[in-house]
Parts: sequence; C-alpha cells; structure tokens
Amino acid sequence: MCLAIPAQVVQKDGEKGYVNLGGARKEVMFTFTPEVEKGDWVLIHTGFALNVISEEDAEETLKLFDELGTIQDEMELENKNVEQ
Amino acid sequence: MLNNKKFRDPALIKKIVDDLNNWKKPIKIMEVCGSHTMAIGHWGIRKLLPPSIQLISGPGCPVCVTPSSLIDELIKLKGVTIATFGDLIRVPGKEETLEQARAKGLDIKLIYSPLEALKLAEKKQVVFVGIGFETTIPGIAQTIFLAAKQKQFNFSVFPAFKLVPPALDALLSTEDIELDGFLLPGHVSVIIGSESYDLLPEKFGIGGVVTGFEPLDILRAVKLLTNQISKDNPQIINEYNRVVDSSGNKIAKQIIEEILQVEDALWRGIGWIPDSGMGIKEKYAEFDAAKKYNITLKDEEGNTGCRCADVLKGKIIPPECPLFEKVCTPAHPIGPCMVSSEGSCAAYYKYER
Ligand code: SF4
Ligand code: SF4
Repeated sequence: MCLAIPAQVVQKDGEKGYVNLGGARKEVMFTFTPEVEKGDWVLIHTGFALNVISEEDAEETLKLFDELGTIQDEMELENKNVEQ
Repeated sequence: MLNNKKFRDPALIKKIVDDLNNWKKPIKIMEVCGSHTMAIGHWGIRKLLPPSIQLISGPGCPVCVTPSSLIDELIKLKGVTIATFGDLIRVPGKEETLEQARAKGLDIKLIYSPLEALKLAEKKQVVFVGIGFETTIPGIAQTIFLAAKQKQFNFSVFPAFKLVPPALDALLSTEDIELDGFLLPGHVSVIIGSESYDLLPEKFGIGGVVTGFEPLDILRAVKLLTNQISKDNPQIINEYNRVVDSSGNKIAKQIIEEILQVEDALWRGIGWIPDSGMGIKEKYAEFDAAKKYNITLKDEEGNTGCRCADVLKGKIIPPECPLFEKVCTPAHPIGPCMVSSEGSCAAYYKYER
C-alpha cells in the first residue's frame, strides 16, 4: 500500500504543482519537498511528493517497473544454458 | 549514488545467486514490507536461493493488520460518507466487509489521496479511514492541518496508523521467533530514515538492510545480511541510499509531530502493541473521528480458522494454513492477508504455487 512511484515535476506554484506520471498529468503537493524545481524527479505517494530523487535513478526504476519479468526470463534462460 | 543500470544486470544477478548458493547455515530472514513480498514473488527470488536461506513475510501491510472491529465500527456509522483507500473495502469484519455493507446502502467513497476526502467534505460529513505506515502518515497529517486551516469541520480522520520500528520491537520482545535478519521497508524509510532501526542490532543483536524493490536490491540485501551473520556483526545497512537517507524527511516528520502523537495500536492477529501507532493530538480533536463518533477498537478476531496471525508473525508460511487456496482465495478472502495485493497470502497465491 505504501509503494511510492517516481514522477517528473512539470509545474510548480508554491506548495502545489503537477507531475508527469507515466504520461498523465497529476496534481501533487510539494509540502515535504519545498526545494524541488520543474524537471526534478520525485517519489509520489497518495498525492504528496515524499522526496527528491535523481533523474537517472528515476528513469531506471520506471523502466524496471515497465519491464517487470524480463530479468527473471533472462535468468531462466541463462540457467537452462548452464544446465545444458 | 549507485548506478541503477547494475540493478538489472543478469550476469551480476547470477554472480550473487551463485555466491549465495554456497551458504550452508540455515537462516531465516523476514521481509517486513508487503511490497518486498510482492517483489520477491514476482522475480522468483525464493527459488533462486538455497534451502538454507529462508525468506519469511512479516507484518508488512497496513491493510492486513487492520483489526476487524474497525470495519464493524465503520459499518455502524450513520449519516456520513466513509472515504478510504481501495484495498480496505474487501477486508472482512466480523459479519461483513465494507463492500458488502455498501451494497446495502453504506456510503463509501474510494480515494487515492486524503486531499480528495477533504474536498468531499465541502458537501457532506466525511470520515477518512487513516490507515497506513510511516509512508502514508505525513500526507494524512498534512490533510488534517489543512482541514483545521480551512475550518472544515465536516472532515474527520479515524486514526488507525501503524509504526514499523515499534512493531518489530514488540515482535522480537514478546514472540518466540527465531530470526537472523530483516529486509527493511524502502518507502517507510524515506520518511523515518534508516537510523530508526538501530534498536534491532542494539537491543536484539539482529541486523537489517533497508532495501529497494528490484531483484538486485533484494539479492544484495540478502548477501549483505549473510556477510554480517558470518562475521557475527549485526548492524543496519542502507542498501537503498539512492532513495533513502539515514535521517528521513525532516519536514514530513515535523508535520507528523504537529498533528499526531504516539499511542498504543491494535494490530490484527497480533493484538495491542504499546506505542506502535499514532492518535490525533488534543489540539486537533475536532478532526478526530474516534472522539467525534466515540469509536473504540476491540481485540476480537472471530474464529474463522484464518492463520493470518501466525503468518504476520512469520511463524508459518501461507500454504501451511489449511484454508489457503482451498477455501481462501483472492476472490473470496477469509482473512485480511489474502485481501490486499501486498498481503502475504495473496502474494503466495499469485506467485508461489
Ligand atoms: S504498505 Fe508500505 S510497508 Fe506496507 S507493504 Fe506496502 S509498501 Fe510495504
Ligand atoms: S490463507 Fe486465508 S485464511 Fe489462511 S491465513 Fe491466509 S488469509 Fe487467513
């Protein structure tokens, strides 16, 4: 339930603003992260930004969320290769 | 800052897995967080580990540990809208779930953010069900703060918050559970910081690793734990330092401090744990649904045969419950661990059969 998701800040007016969450524009409160700026990546949970993360890490994490399963498949393949 | 590319490198995964497969001494590691249970199932990590390394699920989901009497009390409320996060509506109360009560006319609104509940209060009396661990608590505290600022007296929160470190303290103090290490929750720790778990090595001599949700995060955490165990040097390590720091989010902690205070809390299947939850301070009593509607919770789990209590304490794994899969499924949950997608039984049902 408390999984937080990385998203990029697209607009910030004081405490309020918007993030791009997988293509959707979502309203977010920056109460806990007053230092963020447009373009920054944040972890979002129940409409609040919990902290700032680096873009590189966020993109990588997003990709991993996107590609769930591939690593396991690759590993299974590799295990098979090892067995053979 | 760690380079994330490494977290998907199959060669590196294989290296760690091979290395871990040399581990001989039987050890038990508890993953506290339901998202970890999900990730471990999803990536098939249990199958990659040798039989000597057992991963067991702990009390990691606020939905699973919500007592049935809360559901019963909410159903009794008349003339209010109940606003809640989605998972809660399928949690069985003594007689029925919120979902079943809704079919009979109970006014329930599912929301994503507590701010939506505050907005709803512009039109009607709203009780927001405050469930959550430290990740979720600051947003709800801030919403109470805004309600006070707007003098929105249609809005109240029932505080059913839970705190992770005291629960681990209680688990280790009162139960006879043999554990060798913890995988500690990533997103709870964003708020409270990794130093909040120092009591584990200091008081109990058990180490823990704060970790993320990628396969390499989890495997690395297991590896770091085996390293400590072999050196008999228990400590808290922050593997997830690309997201978590040692002291957490100061502003979020200040807002919690302003609105809430530490209190005893009732955990489903575990009972009352001292200082393991939060209530609303007297200054904000008008927004406290427990006071407004005179709600008290009782420890009275019905006799359904559900073994959630033992699952949450890590004493059995879900398939050891006689009802698992046979009677209890995600479509027809008997106990709360099967309800939330992050519940231990639901995760086992999905991934480990
Ligand atoms: S609510 Fe948080 S701690 Fe609980 S299972 Fe979900 S992510 Fe983990
Ligand atoms: S399988 Fe169902 S009945 Fe058994 S412990 Fe899990 S939730 Fe309870």
